[in-house]
Formats: sequence, C-alpha cells, structure tokens
Amino acid sequence: MADFLINWIANVPAFAVPFALAALGLIVTEKSGVLSLGAEGFMLTGAMAGAGAFLVMGGHPFAALLVAALAAAALSLVFAAMTVTLRVNQVIAGLAIVFLAQGLTGLIAAKQGWTNRPVEGLGRLDLGPLSDLPVVGPILFSQDIVVYLTVPIFLAVTYVLSRTMVGLRLRAVGDGPDAADAAGVNVALYRYGAIMVGAALVGLAGGYLSVGVAKLWVDGMAGGRGWIAIALVIFARWQPWRALAGAVLFGGIEALIPRIAAVGLQVPQYFVLMTPYVATLAVMVWASLRAGAQNRFDEPRALGQPHLREERR
Amino acid sequence: MTQPALDLAAVSKSFDGFPALAGASFSVAAGEVHALLGENGAGKSSLMNVAAGLYRPDSGVIRVDGREVAIDGPVAAKRLGIGMVHQHYKLVKAFSAVENILLACGKGRFAGAAAVEQAIRRQAEAIGFQVDLRRPVGALSVAEQQRVEILKVLVEGARILILDEPSAVLTDKEAEALLGMMRQLAAQGAAVVLVTHKLGEVKRFADRVTVMRGGRTIATADPKARTVAELTSMIVGELVAEKRHPARDVGEPILTLEGVAGCRADGHRVLADASFALRRGEIYGIAGVGGNGQTELAEILMGVRKPVQGRIAIDGTGDVTHDGASRRRDLGLASIPADRQTYGLAGELSVADNYAVQAVRSGGLGGWMRVDGRAAQAQAATAVSAFEVQGVRGLRQKASLLSGGNAQKLVIAREFASQPRIVVAHSPSRGLDMRAAGAVHRRLREARDAGAGVLLISEDLDEVMLLSDRIGVMSGGRIVREFDTPADRQAIGTAMVHHG
Repeated sequence: MADFLINWIANVPAFAVPFALAALGLIVTEKSGVLSLGAEGFMLTGAMAGAGAFLVMGGHPFAALLVAALAAAALSLVFAAMTVTLRVNQVIAGLAIVFLAQGLTGLIAAKQGWTNRPVEGLGRLDLGPLSDLPVVGPILFSQDIVVYLTVPIFLAVTYVLSRTMVGLRLRAVGDGPDAADAAGVNVALYRYGAIMVGAALVGLAGGYLSVGVAKLWVDGMAGGRGWIAIALVIFARWQPWRALAGAVLFGGIEALIPRIAAVGLQVPQYFVLMTPYVATLAVMVWASLRAGAQNRFDEPRALGQPHLREERR
Repeated sequence: MTQPALDLAAVSKSFDGFPALAGASFSVAAGEVHALLGENGAGKSSLMNVAAGLYRPDSGVIRVDGREVAIDGPVAAKRLGIGMVHQHYKLVKAFSAVENILLACGKGRFAGAAAVEQAIRRQAEAIGFQVDLRRPVGALSVAEQQRVEILKVLVEGARILILDEPSAVLTDKEAEALLGMMRQLAAQGAAVVLVTHKLGEVKRFADRVTVMRGGRTIATADPKARTVAELTSMIVGELVAEKRHPARDVGEPILTLEGVAGCRADGHRVLADASFALRRGEIYGIAGVGGNGQTELAEILMGVRKPVQGRIAIDGTGDVTHDGASRRRDLGLASIPADRQTYGLAGELSVADNYAVQAVRSGGLGGWMRVDGRAAQAQAATAVSAFEVQGVRGLRQKASLLSGGNAQKLVIAREFASQPRIVVAHSPSRGLDMRAAGAVHRRLREARDAGAGVLLISEDLDEVMLLSDRIGVMSGGRIVREFDTPADRQAIGTAMVHHG
C-alpha cells in the first residue's frame, strides 16, 4: 500500500504540470478580457512543435520546449488578430483555433514523419543523495526540470499580475477597458500581449506533454486537457494559486488511472478514463453554487467583450 | 478680473456634419465656480470634452493661463492641469480606489502605490471626503464612486476642475455636500466648472453662469443678479413656460381600481388599498412623497407585478386583475415606465427594432414566421420624425445611445402608435430638460384629448399640478384625498405628508 501511494504521488507532478501551466496561461489571457477557448489548439500546437523540434534539432529538450511555446504564440497571433483587431466573436474564434490546430498538427506531423516516433525527451533531474531519500526522494527530488520550474513561473506571473504596473494595466483592460482607455492604456496592445504570453504558456504545457511525459507525438494527444484547463480557471476564479491547487487535484486523478490498472483492480476502463471529466463537471457545479457576493470581482468584467471606443455617446 | 485659468474662444466642432458646437466661448478663473447651463444637447458636455482633450475642435483657440495651447488628448489635458469628472465614471469596478488612481496617474511605478495612497488620503482629508480606499469601487455607492473620480482628478494635480452634471446621480443631501466641497476647492484656488441643467444649483453655488443653447454660448451673467425666470428664458430661448390646458370632454370611467394592494420584492406591503376611477378624456394625477406605493401601483397596472388583493376593471372588458402585460396591451393599455432604459427600451437593439416590437406582437408586420423588416424600418422612420426623436443618426443605431429625452420620446412614439385607450405614465419627465419635458407633456395631453384616460404617477408635484384634471394624493399606500383642479398646492402638500 505504501508503495502504491508513493508511486502514485510521485507521478502526480508530471500529470499536474500541463494543467497548471495551461491554466496559468489562460488566466493571463482572460485577465485581459479575452475569452480563450482555443487552449486545446495551442496545447496541440506546442506538443507537435516540441516533438518535431526535438527530432529536427538533434535532441535539445530546452530548445524543443522553447519552440513549443513560440509555435503556440505564433498561432495565437491569428487568434489575436481575429478577436482584438477584427472583433470576431471570441467563442467562435477560439473554437476555430482548436479545429485549425487539430488539422494542422496532424497534417504537418504526418508530412514530416514525426507521428508515433519516440523521442528521448526530457530526463529526470537527479539531485544526488536527495533523490535516494525514502518517501520524499521519489516524490520531491526525482522530478524533471519543468516540474521544478513551474513554481517559479507561477511566482513570476503572479508577481507581474498583482504587483506591477503592467499587471495593473492588464487587469484594467480586462475589467474596465473604457476606464483603461481613458487612463491612456493601449487596450489592443495589452490584449495582444496577454494572448501571446498566455498561448506561449499553454504551448509550453503542450510541449511538456510530448517531450517530457509521453516522449512521443500522437495525433490529438492533448486529449481534452486544454478544455479541462479552461474549467480549472473558472473553478479557480482566475486566481493562479487556486488554479495550481486545482491542477494538482486533476493531476492526482489522472495519475491514479494507470496505477489502478497496474495493481489489478477490476474497474471498467472507460469508467476510469471518464473520471477527469466527471470531476470537471462536479467542480464546475460546485464553483457556480458557491460563486457568492464576495467573489463577484474575480471574474474579469469585460471577459469576452471586444473593445470599441465610442467616440460620442 | 484676473487672467482666466482656462479660456476657450470661438470653438466649433461637428460630428458627421452635425454641428455640436458653433463658435462657443467660455472662460473660468482660479478661485471661482463657473456654471455652464443649458438643456440636454445644448453642447455643454461637448465643449468641456474639448477642454479635457477628448474631442479635437474643428476650429477655435484654447488658452491656459493666457498661453495658447493645443490639447491633443486626455494626457495633454492632464499635463495642463485640466481634470474632468465625466457623467459616466471611468473606473475599473474590480479595482480599489487606490488601484484606480494608480492606473490613471500612470507615470509612477507600482512600487509607488503606498505613496499614492498617502497622497489620496491627504487629499481626501483636505476636502473632507470619506471613502473606503481599499474596497473594489464596484462595491461602493454611486456617490462614493464619484468621490473616487474627483480624488483621482485632484491627485493628478488638476487646478482646473470640470464636473459634468455631478448631481444627476446623487440624492439631495449628497449633492449638497458635493457642491459645498466644490466651493471649498474654489476657495483654495481651483478653477471649477459646473456643468448642469439645474437652476437651483446655479443660483446657490455659482459665481458666474454661462448659458449655452444650440452649440453657442448665449450669455454670461451673475446668477445672483438674475431671476429664475430670466435664466429660464436664456436657456430655452423663445419658449414660454407651459400653461395648464384643462380637459374639455370627460366621459365615463374606463379604468376602475377597488382596494388594490401590492407588495415590494421583499414582501413588505407598500400598496395597501388603492381605489379610484380613471375617466375617459381626463388626466388623473397621483401625487405623493416617493415610496408610498406609487412604484408598485404603476407596476401592477402595467402588468409586471401581481396584486395581492383587490380588483382592477377596464370598461367594456370587465375584470383584468389577473391578466398579464400582453393582454392588457391588447385591451388598449399603454405604459410609460419610470426606468425607460430598463423597462421601456432594449438598449442593445436598434431604434427601429425597439419601435417595431409593438407591431410585431400584434401581427402588424407579418405573421409568426416572417417579419417585414422594410415595413418596420419605414414605420420607425415615420414615428421618429412625427414624435421629433432627435439624435437618431440612423435607425440601426443602438437605442441606449439616445439621450434621456429622446429615449422617452421613442417609448411614447411606440406606446401611442396603436391609439391607446388608457395610458399609465410613471414619472415620464424624470431627468429630462424643460423642452423635452414639455414635449412629453404635450403628447400626454394629446392622448387625453383623443379620448384616452391618462394616469400620471409622479413625484414631481409641479408636473402633477400642471397636467392633471383631477389629483389623487397617495400616502401610506392609499389614495387619501382627491382634488379637482385647479387645486390648492398647499392643501395637496398637507395631504401628502399627513396620513389623511
């Protein structure tokens, strides 16, 4: 039993990190008032680009992850142009990005022959004697570098959002674009920036999936994690640390699935695969039930609304 | 006279070929409160938006402290010490006052937040403001939000302070406090511009007054040396004060209420026992201090609130107590709700759509499968010109962009399109200037003269006395006394406060 628990918990971070990074990216974008339903698309783009870059550039995992982030950011420019400049409906633009990315990643990977090709990927970071400690060794000191980097990334993004003028302006753009505009903030510029930085983080999550976890690119490998991240953001009321907690919760559920099979418990396979999504639904219901008065300033007020300066009222 | 702090000379500005300002001139000196008076649409806000850098003038000269300047944006205005508090507050609702002011000041780094908060506290203390600086402004009252706006402008270092209709959203007591504070700021050396259409404020708080009409500045005067009548005629021009026009041909009762009672949303029974009869061809005015059941009565009659007791009957139909709004409409009841932007119009829809809803329901624009869009447009266009709805640049324009008076005219145009037999009007001229109110009153009289029974529910006693043929005074949820007109104002006032 102890082995089972340690094994399970040691695997949680690898499953939680994609949710955490994607949710963080979505928070950055949505705090600027842009509803980003394209997360699944950015994640797929990052995963495919990461695996491809690893194969092409000769096995540099960091370069591969960087390419993953950049590729998603590049695709997000299309999304930004549609929603911010052309003021297309953000829901439709987001869905379009998902379907575009699904097709595009499959096509490129197939053409290049990257599909189903194992990569060496990102290795575990060995911390010497620390990793050999019983219990805490495998759980805390035997993870890969991205797991360790996730915490500083969260710290940095939270700091920027809540303690700098850039963050203040970004949140102003998401909550009161008219007020921000009157204060001289370039609303479109901030939204472009938030969309691209957010997509880069989601792309990094995708790159981690292919380069760090699966060590393989398969069509559609994001497997709905982008959607779950969207639900996570609502559950976390757009607060990074709560999103991280939610990511650990979902990572825990996901990490449990292979464990259950490994110990030979007889549970229907499809039921097990369904659990993350049942959990998502349950979490959404819970979040909406307790969205009380004290939470009414969490959600960016202008979320999903294009900004148009009305010259004369 | 010392050199003016702000001087606007012969400023012109047009929008889409429509001149909003035609050579307007205005100046304000340090240490004075200068009121800018005029009707809605006279160009007051436009002129001040030029000073605040929001509109760029087509022609004209702007001088600050005698030096000619070009104000090419809000930032430039800020740098010159011009700060404007707009009618629609430019605040981020999720932010605290400190964060909002930090955002607007812009120059500082975030690390300066503590210093900014210090500055705000000092400023708030200096003018005696009490605002919670840490709570999200969206959780503050309108008056508190306004104080945040004023603090923002002052912390930015404004010496020339422009307040655009600041008292429009405040209670009398709050307005009093605000205007007193404004005098205090002037005494400390600020130049204050008060944009308003309230004569009382001007007479009591302004050192000088400039009157605008049709995009021009008509005259500048000392408000204390002018009578209200003189100022009124300056504002409205040749327009004369409204006169009473008594009903000529009063018929049988058309709407009868017997013991109607209703509750507020919180279950409190504010309408206790309303009984009266409205006759064809008369205006029956209901006077009373606000909160004595008028709102509930209006909502029950319009069919949006259920009575808990009593009987409502329409002549020729009988009991309609439990009928909904649509059936009452079919029976010829038109309603002009007090909150026109919420209950009267769908702000996000076009002017044409807002006009067409009535006819769509009655099948006037085709059956349930099809709406004749072209006919709807044509009808709306006719109505817009017949009812003099101004400010409509196109029928596709959002209804929420209409000014208060024009929005009300649109509601009336729609409600009167089907020749109503009964009109229920609740505070129909609230927030409107004299000219727009006059137009609304004229329409109500026309409906009466065409044989409809008009029920006017208003907290404005002057309006009730001016229009009504009979007056019922409402107090404690009942009609306590009825008066035939012309009635004694004193007697009505007494009945309003003494529960008869």
